[in-house]
Amino acid sequence: MSPESYVILAAVLFTIGTVGVLVRRNAIVVFMSIELMLNAANLAFVAFARMQGNLEGQVIAFFVMVVAAAEVVVGLAIIVAIYRSRRSASIDEPNLLKY
Amino acid sequence: MIGTGAARLADATNIAPVIQPLAEATGVFSYLWLLIALPLLGATVLLLGGRRTNRWGPYFAVLMVVAAAAYGIALLVGLLGRSADDRAVGQTLFEWVFVGGFTAPMALQLDQLSIVFVLLITIVGSLIHIYSLGYMEHDPDKRKFFGFLNLFVAAMLLLVLADNYLLLYVGWEGVGLASYLLISFWQYKPSAAAAGKKAFVMNRIGDVGLSLAIMLIFVTFGTVVFDEVFAMAGEASESTLTWIGLLLLLAAAGKSAQFPLQAWLLDAMEGPTPVSALIHAATMVTAGVYLIVRSGAIYDQTIFALTAVMVIGVITMFLGAFIGSAKDDIKKSLAGSTMSQIGYMVLAAGLGPVGYVFAIFHLLTHGVFKANLFLGAGSVIHGMNGEQDMRRYGALRKVMVITWLTFMAAYLAIIGIPPFSGFWSKDDIIHAAFEVNVFVGVCAIIAAGITGFYMTRMVIMTFFGKPRWPDDAHPHESKAVMTIPLIILAIGSMFTGMALLFWGDIIDWLTPVTGLEQSPLPFPTILLEIATLVVVLVGVAIAIGMYRKDVPEEAPQDVNILTKAARNSMYDDAINDVLVVQPTYSLSRAFIGVDNRGIDGIVNGLAAFVGGSGERLRRWQTGFARSYALAMVGGAVLVVVVLAVVRLP
Amino acid sequence: MTETGASTAEAAVFWVCAVLAVTGGLGLILSRRAVHSALWVALTMISLAVLYLANAAPFLGMVQIIVYTGAVMMLFLFVLMVVGVDSSDSLVETLKGQRVVGILLAAGFGILLVLAIGTALSGVPAVGLDAANAEYGGNVEGIARLLFGEYLLAFEIVAGLLITAALGALVLAHRERWQPRRTQRELSEERVRSGEHVGPMPAPGVYARHNAVDTPALLPDGSVSEISVPGPLRARGDLRPVDTAAVAETEALASGRAALGPADHPVADDPGTSPGEPR
Repeated sequence: MSPESYVILAAVLFTIGTVGVLVRRNAIVVFMSIELMLNAANLAFVAFARMQGNLEGQVIAFFVMVVAAAEVVVGLAIIVAIYRSRRSASIDEPNLLKY
Repeated sequence: MIGTGAARLADATNIAPVIQPLAEATGVFSYLWLLIALPLLGATVLLLGGRRTNRWGPYFAVLMVVAAAAYGIALLVGLLGRSADDRAVGQTLFEWVFVGGFTAPMALQLDQLSIVFVLLITIVGSLIHIYSLGYMEHDPDKRKFFGFLNLFVAAMLLLVLADNYLLLYVGWEGVGLASYLLISFWQYKPSAAAAGKKAFVMNRIGDVGLSLAIMLIFVTFGTVVFDEVFAMAGEASESTLTWIGLLLLLAAAGKSAQFPLQAWLLDAMEGPTPVSALIHAATMVTAGVYLIVRSGAIYDQTIFALTAVMVIGVITMFLGAFIGSAKDDIKKSLAGSTMSQIGYMVLAAGLGPVGYVFAIFHLLTHGVFKANLFLGAGSVIHGMNGEQDMRRYGALRKVMVITWLTFMAAYLAIIGIPPFSGFWSKDDIIHAAFEVNVFVGVCAIIAAGITGFYMTRMVIMTFFGKPRWPDDAHPHESKAVMTIPLIILAIGSMFTGMALLFWGDIIDWLTPVTGLEQSPLPFPTILLEIATLVVVLVGVAIAIGMYRKDVPEEAPQDVNILTKAARNSMYDDAINDVLVVQPTYSLSRAFIGVDNRGIDGIVNGLAAFVGGSGERLRRWQTGFARSYALAMVGGAVLVVVVLAVVRLP
Repeated sequence: MTETGASTAEAAVFWVCAVLAVTGGLGLILSRRAVHSALWVALTMISLAVLYLANAAPFLGMVQIIVYTGAVMMLFLFVLMVVGVDSSDSLVETLKGQRVVGILLAAGFGILLVLAIGTALSGVPAVGLDAANAEYGGNVEGIARLLFGEYLLAFEIVAGLLITAALGALVLAHRERWQPRRTQRELSEERVRSGEHVGPMPAPGVYARHNAVDTPALLPDGSVSEISVPGPLRARGDLRPVDTAAVAETEALASGRAALGPADHPVADDPGTSPGEPR
C-alpha cells in the first residue's frame, strides 16, 4: 500500500473538514470540523514519516495532537463563555466585527 | 574758528585704523560685566518683584544706572591710564554657542569707541532716569516704566560692549524689545499700541538685514568676532563685502530710522517723553551709526556700499528736516529733527575714514543736546497738561524760565552757533563732506540752514509771541527733579563739543579704532565756516520773518505742496501702504486662495476619496466568521493553483 | 513492508478504515444534531487510529485513541451538555451563497490537492520505518529518543502551552459572582411570592409501568404532565410517546377512584399552567 493512498485520504478528510467549517453554524460542530482537518494533517504526517523512513513525522504529529488538545480546551471554554452571555452557540451571532 | 576738528590740520593726514589686540581685563576692568549686570539687575528686580517694589523700585532703578555711570567713568579713567595703542580690553565671560565649527563667545570688548557710547548711555541715561522720577510721578505703572528703562540700558550697553556680531545682535534685539515696550507703554491708547507695533515691525525688516549680514559674515570669514572679521576683511571678494555692507546698512536704516525705514520714528513719539529723549533721540537710534562705524573695516573695502550709506544719509537728512519744519506737534517736529541729525551722522559715516570720527563726535554732542531738547519739550508738555501742539503754546518763556533757558542752550547747539557743541561737530562733518564731494558738502550746508529754520520756528512758537494756551491750561515750571537734569544737560549742550574736542581730544582718541584720512581743501576752511553760519542765520531769519506775527491756532491749509507733504511725514505711511502693505495683503489673499482651493482641495479630495472608498469597502466586513473563513479558503485555493502552475510542470 | 501478504492485509485495512473515516467525516457535516456529529467524529478518530497502526505508528495510534477519542471528544460532549444538546442547527443557510460557494471552493481545493498529490507521489516507494524503529529497539523508544533529544525544547514549550491553556480555560469559564448566592429559603419565598407552581414538580415515569426519565408522568386525571420530564430532554423533544394503554388505565382508575380510596383528593390540572394546590 503506497503512502499516496493515505495522503489522498488525508486530502479528502481535510476537504470534508473545510466544508464543515464553511457550512455549519454551530460553533461546536465547526470546532469538530477543525479537529477533523488537524487529524487529516496528522495522517499525512504519519504517511510521510513512513515514506521517508524517518520518525520525525510521527513526532510532529504528536506535537500537533498536544497543541490541538490545548486549543480544544481554550476554544471550548470560549464557546462556553459566549454561550453564557448570548445563550447561543451559533457563530453567526457574535458579529461585532461588522462594519 | 581754526579750532574745529577737521580743520585743525593743514596737511593731509592718513591714519589707518589698527586692530588692537585685546588686553586681558584686569584691575578696574575685571568687572566689565557689571556694567551690563547692574541695569539688568534693576530690570529683573522691578519686573519680577511685582507690586512690592512699587515704592522703592524707581529709586533702585535710578541707583543702578547711576552706579553703572560711575563705573563707566572709572573705566574711562582706567583707559586714560593706558597707552594709546593698548586701550582695547576684552573679557570672555563664557562660551555661549559652540556648534561644530561655529563658536560665539559671551565676550565683551571695551575700546575707545565703546567707552564713549558707554558714557553717553549711562550718563544721559542717568539724567533721564532722574528726570523721569518727576515726569512719571503720577503714573500708576511707574515701576514697570523704570524696569523697562533699565532693561533698555542693559541691552544698549550689551550692544556697544559686544565683541562679536552675534552678541551685538542680542543687544540689538534687546533695545528693539525695550523700545517696543516703552513706545506702547500707555498701551490703553490705541495709537500708542499701534505705534509700538509699527516700530517693532519696521525694525524687524532691519533686523532681518542684520541677521543675514551676520550669516554672510560667518559664511565668508568663518567667525563673527569683530577683530577676526576685520583682520580678514581684505581677503573676501568685493561683491561679498558689498552685500554685507548693504545688509548692515539695511539694519542701520531700520534701527536709526533712515530712509526708507524712517516711518516708525514719528509714531514712536507716542511713548512717554523721557523715552523719546533716551531711546528715540540720544541712544538707540544711533545704534545704526555705531554699527556702520564699527564695521568700518568692511566698508573700507567696498566703495559701493559706502556710497549707498552716504546717499541714504543725505536723503534722510533732508527728509527729516522737511518733516521737522512742518509738524505742529513739538515731539514730532523734534523727531524729524532727530532723523535729520542722524542723517548727518550716516552721511559722515558714509564718507568712510574721512568721516567716521566726526559721525561719532556728532553722535555724542547730538545725544546730549537732543536729550536736552526732548526733556525740555517734556517739561513744556508736563506744564501744559499734556498738550503737544505748538500752535497752542506761545509766550512760555515767562512762566517756564529754566525750561526756556535750557532749551535755548540746546537750540543754539543744534543749529550750530559757536561755541555751542553742535557747531563743532556739524562743522566737522560739513568739512569732511567737502573733502569727498562738493555736492554732498553743499547739501550738508543747506540742511544746516533748514535746521536753523525749523528750530527757530519751534522756539518762537513755543516760547515767544502771545499765549495761545487752551482754556484749562495753567503752565508752570517743573519741579527740581526735572529741571536739574535739564540744567546739567544744558551745560552739556554748551560745552560738550569744546570739552570733547580740546580737552578730551576726541579725534585722537577715536582714530585708533576708526582711522582718519584728511586732505586739505582748495579754499581756506574759514570760508566754509562762515558760509555755513550765514546759511544757518538765513534760515533763522526766514523763520523769524514767518512766525514773528501771530501764529494761527489752526494750521493754514493754503500751503505749498512741500509743506503738505512734510505735514504728512512725506507720505511715508501712504508709500509704505502702496508699496509694501497692499502688495503683501494681495499676496496673502492669493496664497489663501491657493491654499483653500488648491492645497485644501487636494487634501480634502484625497480624504474624501479614502473616506468614500472605505464607506463602500466596509460593506465587505459582514462580521460573520464564516465569510472570512470562505475568503481564507479562496486564498488557499489560489495558493495551491499558483503552486500547481509553477511547480508541477 | 514489501511482503505481498502483508500488503494485501494492509490494503484491506486501509479500504475498510478509509471508508469508515470518510463516512464519519460526512456524518459530521451532515448531521443535524451536534451530538450526532460528535459521535461521527469519534468514528473517524478511531478509524484514523487504526490507520496509524497500519502505518507503523503504534504509539500514535494509541495516543490517538486515548487523547482524541477518549479525552477530546469527551470534552466536546461535556460542553455539548453544558451548552445544551438541543442546539441542533437549522440547516437553512442564512448567508447568501455561502453554502454553494463554500462547497465549490472546498471541492476545488480538494480536487487540486488530490491531483497534486497524485502527480507528485505516484509511484514513489515507501522506505518503511523498520530500520528507524529498530535503531532504538522499537517505535516508542524511537519517538522517545527524538522527543527527549532533539525536540526537548519544543516538548517543554508545549508542556508550558498546555498548562497555560488549562489556566486560560479556568479563567474563561469562571463566572464571577456579583451577588451572594440565593439561599434555599430565599428561593422558596420567591417561588411562593410568584405564585407559580409552588410545590415540587411531578416525578417522571408512570407508576408501576415506566420509570425512565423521558417518560412524562400521567396525572391522576389522565392528562400528560410535560413538566415531569427534565428540561434538557423536553427542550430536545426527547419525550417518550405516552403509552395509550397507560392513559386509558389511568382514566379508568380515575373514574373508579371512589372505589380505590378517599374521594377528597382534588383533581389537579397540569400544574405547569395553573397554580396547583400545595400537596
